[in-house]
Amino acid sequence: MPHSITLTVNGRAHEVHLDDPRVTLLDLLRERLALAGTKKGCDRGQCGACTVLVNGRRANSCLMLAATLDGCEITTIEGLSEGGDLHPVQTAFIENDAFQCGYCTPGQIMSAVGLIAEGRAGDDPERIREGMSGNLCRCAAYHGITLAVQEATRRMAKDEMEDAA
Amino acid sequence: MKSFDLIRPATVQEAIAAWEPGASWLGGGTNLVDLMKTGALEPGKLIDLGRLAVLRDVETLPDGSMRIGALVSNADLADNPEILRRYPMVSEALLSGASGQLRNMATVAGNLMQRTRCAYFQDPYAACNRRAPGTGCDAREGENANLAVLGWSDACIATNPSDFCVPLSALDAVVEVAGPSGEREIAIGDFHLLPGDTPERETALQPGELIVALRLPAASSGFAANARYLKVRERTSFAFAIASCAAALRMEGGRIAEARFALGALAAKPWRVSEAEALLAGQAPDAALFERAANAALAGATASGDNAWKIELGRRTAARALAMAAAGTPQRMPALPASVFAAQAGEPAHV
Repeated sequence: MPHSITLTVNGRAHEVHLDDPRVTLLDLLRERLALAGTKKGCDRGQCGACTVLVNGRRANSCLMLAATLDGCEITTIEGLSEGGDLHPVQTAFIENDAFQCGYCTPGQIMSAVGLIAEGRAGDDPERIREGMSGNLCRCAAYHGITLAVQEATRRMAKDEMEDAA
Repeated sequence: MKSFDLIRPATVQEAIAAWEPGASWLGGGTNLVDLMKTGALEPGKLIDLGRLAVLRDVETLPDGSMRIGALVSNADLADNPEILRRYPMVSEALLSGASGQLRNMATVAGNLMQRTRCAYFQDPYAACNRRAPGTGCDAREGENANLAVLGWSDACIATNPSDFCVPLSALDAVVEVAGPSGEREIAIGDFHLLPGDTPERETALQPGELIVALRLPAASSGFAANARYLKVRERTSFAFAIASCAAALRMEGGRIAEARFALGALAAKPWRVSEAEALLAGQAPDAALFERAANAALAGATASGDNAWKIELGRRTAARALAMAAAGTPQRMPALPASVFAAQAGEPAHV
């Protein structure tokens, strides 16, 4: 049973024709839209490497059937920077040594962007660790990741205040 | 993954009309899609409920009860100000489960319908009476250290993994369902079934019935000042419970006027024992009292394998959850919801 959907990915609209309902959002992004920044780790919702934003909220793209996402807005790691400027979370990850091999990093960064938007953790390291527990890092860069999310949270709050002023 | 037909109905009526034997409802997909990937479940048809916006409302009804649409996400419900104010242990339980990503996707009805995490249920090549009736139970002679100590049968020793359902049980939630023969309500205590000889029958839903909403009674908000969820797990976050307890006390003049508590992860349904609750009524809160109530709640518990330790763990979890409830609901959600490591008064945070 074919399904035709419209997806907006990183601000660009795509008409997607799916000949198979089993295609996940993760496989659609990587295999059909050439956006390989989103990573496949466990493919079962346990590692967080596939994290993207769906309508602004973080989600595991490996457990979402693409055919159910008609009309959704997706943001991936490729869509974070603006005009060559890295997103504050990306900058903070670099400055705080928040990765080693880098495989989990796109998912970590997208999850951090989602967490900061949720406003749940602030810059409390305990709440950040809890809020980021859906993203595993087998290099165990967790200390740097926590510092990076703290710093990005503060920087984004400051930028927002300056923009408002 | 075996292929399937996918349909996306626009109304509840269309969804119900589309059901046929072998079909599954698709909510957040966090459990179902995973089990389809392992091959444990092979629905021939998925009925995606994603377009049914009518199932996403949270509202307070004229009688003061709260009605929660079936497709409200775990994250949205946990952050709902009225839920936090009136039924705080519901939020604490939701926030102690899964990860931030999964809570954004998972739905409240899907939580009620989630399947056991027994490894033999998830493995399509294992014998499992719950997944494939009559094939036997590989868990009996296998890895069973975390399986049931209450309400199990020779046919099945699986546990219900839900956190959310534990406070729902203590608070007398009601499940609203719609199906081919109309609408009806099911008390949460009657919703999940113990395995007996038919472990494949997991809930009281009839074929083709769909959960449309949950209701929390107005009177259950009387416990809000003294209500906690405690979850013991093998890591502090993003792990299923090995024992949990939702405990709620209604205090009057320093005494317990009424108590509710339910245990999770010990049986195929949240475990609630009215005799154990009755022991607490009229008493002043006290550690020895909580221990007696916890013992009563675990009465009849027996090991189903290498898991006798869960009986004592269940007792201690219940006694401690009752003590935490007596100490009062925290002003702000703890940094580590439901954690045994959450800071007690004045103690340093532990991780």
